[in-house]
Amino acid sequence: MNKKEILTELPPNEVKGFSRRNFLGLTGGLLAAGALLNASCNNDDDSNPMPGVTLTNDDFGILNYAYALEQLEAAFYSRVVETGFYDGATASEKALLTDIRDHEIAHREFFKAALGAKAIGSLGVNFSTIDFKNRTSVLGTAKVFEDLGVSAYNGAGVYIQSTDYLLLAGKIVSVEARHAAYIRDLISNGTFASGDAQIDMNGMDISKKPSVVLAAASAFITTKINSNLP
Amino acid sequence: MNFSNILNEIVKVDPEFFEKTDQRRNVLKNIGRKVALTALPFAMGSVFQKAYGKTTDAIIDTLNFALTLEHLEAEFYKKAVADSSGLFPTPAALNAFVTIRDHEIAHVNFLTAGINAASPGAAVPVNPGGYDFTLGGALPTFTDYKTLLTVAQVFEDTGVRAYKGQAGVFVKNDLLTAALNIHSVEARHASHIRQMRAAAAGGSIAVKPWVTMSGATASGAPAAFDASYAGEQITTQANVNIINIGGTSVSANAASEAFDEPLSKDQILAIVGPFLL
Repeated sequence: MNKKEILTELPPNEVKGFSRRNFLGLTGGLLAAGALLNASCNNDDDSNPMPGVTLTNDDFGILNYAYALEQLEAAFYSRVVETGFYDGATASEKALLTDIRDHEIAHREFFKAALGAKAIGSLGVNFSTIDFKNRTSVLGTAKVFEDLGVSAYNGAGVYIQSTDYLLLAGKIVSVEARHAAYIRDLISNGTFASGDAQIDMNGMDISKKPSVVLAAASAFITTKINSNLP
Repeated sequence: MNFSNILNEIVKVDPEFFEKTDQRRNVLKNIGRKVALTALPFAMGSVFQKAYGKTTDAIIDTLNFALTLEHLEAEFYKKAVADSSGLFPTPAALNAFVTIRDHEIAHVNFLTAGINAASPGAAVPVNPGGYDFTLGGALPTFTDYKTLLTVAQVFEDTGVRAYKGQAGVFVKNDLLTAALNIHSVEARHASHIRQMRAAAAGGSIAVKPWVTMSGATASGAPAAFDASYAGEQITTQANVNIINIGGTSVSANAASEAFDEPLSKDQILAIVGPFLL
């Protein structure tokens, strides 16, 4: 399903502050910049010879960057749920980890739908270093992904040109921060916003540039990401 | 220092200054002709006003708005920790409040310094005011642990929405990153306070680390706090319906939880107003 189909199906005033016309206008602008479009590579499709995906240095590159990170998180939590959770998971943990999986899927699919033809392809992932039956392994990885996600959105905000996109990123990042705090508390209660270098002396999250985040995420992503972002 | 030198100093700092104001010559001519020497400081302010206009004013106003909320939170946690005798059931609960208190104090200090630096001598950081965290005695805020947590949750969830609502003011501005880095820490606080509430209630209230739908009761809080959760039920973002999106089985609850919604400054001030003396 592409963006225009979705827009056609929904009433034009579904969301305040994000007019249908504006979104179409932005999409049209991107189509005009077709020469800069990313090459996409679906890792599940062996016949596709294109070498990875490309993130352009503009708002669509930032949105695809977010899409890439949400793909990684969604794939991870999907595996957590599919493998029947780690040994010793409580009913509450199972329920809330399932919630997180659904949130990450919602984020992933949102970016895919919003980007339409501009979306990068599905990324291949490698979770071979994770023992999905081991609580420490699963929660330790979840903590890395959630903190990284918060740092990524916070660090990317200043590069976003569109107020609408910035607000959307803001709507998502606080949910990632809620996840991060929950996961950290599962590992060690009370470490929701303390205990290591994620929070600085001003009581603020540490933000990271896309290049730093992508380097950290690359250990889990098999598709090559060619980033033109800072 | 004479006036011409001041203008030259401005040009070094901001080469575009005269493009914003008009031609340098006109500025000097108009000032020389119309403004008495004693009025120069005011005239300088007017020139800056013209150059930077509402942008600077809006940013300073927004920083002071954020500072107002951080004062509220900092004073709340300070009082809770100071009155902690018998209030907290475990050392961990007290420690969490100490952690959050210290963050809020740090945010107050950061924003105060930021306002002073952004507009030296002109804008004044707001000071903490008087607070009534019991709403005239209606809430046993500092004598009942569950009430304490409820008020804390409302403050944190509201704080997250307040920063989000001001995103547009900071587009492409260097201060955006700092605002975002505070915003996400408020969300971490909210998540933890919600976990504390779930633990304290022993499963008797519906509260998760994230915000499900609208209405305070959906977040396990009294309906009196509905305004803090108004609009959180949205399941459509940028005209994209999130429920069952892309052939997945994302529920309406999950769709609402996956995106935190903003509130306007007026909405926020209406929420916190009753706590301000």
